[in-house]
Amino acid sequence: MSEVRETQLPGTGVRHDFETRQGTRVGVLLHRSGRRDLLVYDEIDPDACLVTVDLEPEDAATLVELLGGSQVIEAVGEAVQQRVQGLAIDWIPLASRSTIVGQNLGDAALRTRTGASVVAVIRGDATVPSPTPEFVFEAGDTVVAVGTDEGIALLTDLIQGRA
Amino acid sequence: MTLAAAADTDTALVLIELGAVVLGLALLARASNFVGVSPIPAYVVAGLAVGTGGLVDLAFTEEFIALGAEIGVVLLLLTLGFEYSAQDLWAAVRASLPVGFLDLVLNFPPGVVAGLAMGWGFEAAFLLGGITYISSSGVVAKTLRDLGRLGNRETPAVLSVLVLEDLAMAVYLPLVAVMLADRDAATGAVSIGVALLAVGAVLLVAFRFGERLSRLIATRSDEVLLLTIFGTTLLVAGLAQRMQVSAAVGAFLVGIALSGPLSERAASLIAPLRDLFSATFFLFFSLQVDPADLPAVLGVAIALAAVTAATKVATGWWAAARIGVGRRGRARAGASLVARGEFSIVIAALGVAAGAEVELGAVAAAYVLILAIVGPVLARYADDLAGSRSPATPAPAGTSTYQ
Repeated sequence: MSEVRETQLPGTGVRHDFETRQGTRVGVLLHRSGRRDLLVYDEIDPDACLVTVDLEPEDAATLVELLGGSQVIEAVGEAVQQRVQGLAIDWIPLASRSTIVGQNLGDAALRTRTGASVVAVIRGDATVPSPTPEFVFEAGDTVVAVGTDEGIALLTDLIQGRA
Repeated sequence: MTLAAAADTDTALVLIELGAVVLGLALLARASNFVGVSPIPAYVVAGLAVGTGGLVDLAFTEEFIALGAEIGVVLLLLTLGFEYSAQDLWAAVRASLPVGFLDLVLNFPPGVVAGLAMGWGFEAAFLLGGITYISSSGVVAKTLRDLGRLGNRETPAVLSVLVLEDLAMAVYLPLVAVMLADRDAATGAVSIGVALLAVGAVLLVAFRFGERLSRLIATRSDEVLLLTIFGTTLLVAGLAQRMQVSAAVGAFLVGIALSGPLSERAASLIAPLRDLFSATFFLFFSLQVDPADLPAVLGVAIALAAVTAATKVATGWWAAARIGVGRRGRARAGASLVARGEFSIVIAALGVAAGAEVELGAVAAAYVLILAIVGPVLARYADDLAGSRSPATPAPAGTSTYQ
């Protein structure tokens, strides 16, 4: 998959863009209202958009259907929805210096300490959904957590060994 | 009986005159949309035409328009506060503080110097500095949208400048309000301290508890939400006015405090009200400007517009260059920021209301008229002025133009 760049646009939304294999830069601007703009950049002046297509949610769904990836857009839409309701989901790599390495989920008491819940742990190719309190963390795990923005921030500090 | 009849005729005349005024504004907004410019200059021209020394005199509705204008400035600043969340403010501070600093250093002094050169007092000159400093986030955002530039690489640089100006206003407006309240140095210093503490507290609340605050107010009913926000804003604005830190400042802080997840919906609910009352505000502001004063200040306004257009271009140019944008993009970023508008008039109106300097209103009106029209036009053609679209000269070997 191509490298996708993310840029926050204050007061507007967030922009993702990438370069196609043929060298054209293409992006999507997701407005806070849920509207999307499809962006095609100018090859001669690569800072400017040559074409901007204004897509209502249904238009975006149609375009995705035509491109053959209907699941993706729904997942994105859902993630955005969850942010709106004050929920954040994050994937956080477990640093070896973190105090919770070697601890089990119950003793680490992450939800009590941060308010964010661990919903899954990814270890190598395997995923452990809903880990039990006996689950022991290892360095290199990726922790999938759900919580408020503040909770996730606290949890990230713990997991990356900054607190 | 005769009394009731008289009241009836009065009401009828007020309605007729008000209807004519609002309809006139509608026609002007329609014409502006047709030409593709912001309606603000048209409203200002309308106010000049009907106000003091103008062509027509408003006999019955001036009082109503004055009150409408007061509500207009409150709603205008509420929605300006909504525009950027505390997270946006913080991100802009971290990423672009040097740009914000350059913006201030380049665009604030021209106004102050011009004011002092005209023999104005320091307060009025300080107000003119604010007028030349602040870009119109309304006009700039509209220009970016209309020209299809929201996705452009230089746009984040432009928006960051606007965000930082917004933040600067949160400090500047209370300062100005306290300065204009005309008290001795000691109480003035205390008031400034209190005002700045209030600003800090609001920013902190918005940053730490913005989401919780939004959740507390959130409701399914649009009606309840509209009334809640409208009521809260007027109340806080009134209290702020009472404490002599100006209603506008209070409304702006409410906007910032509520700029969490709720603001999108709240802003769309408030928008129609704001459009109605802010049109009244621009009209009322220029009603107080005597068109006969304009020729005398036109030279100053044009010179100031030319200088501060150039300094804004320099600001945007550097802001875009910092994130690795090429020449044409830098020119677009610079020119986009040239437009001045609603914020400048708000500042001028504060001065006019406090009786700061007779000429201030006229200079501000002429200045905003020029740049609100010239800005978007300049933005449209800036990149072609900066260089041809064809890649004429390839970058020297070993250097990369883009990042």
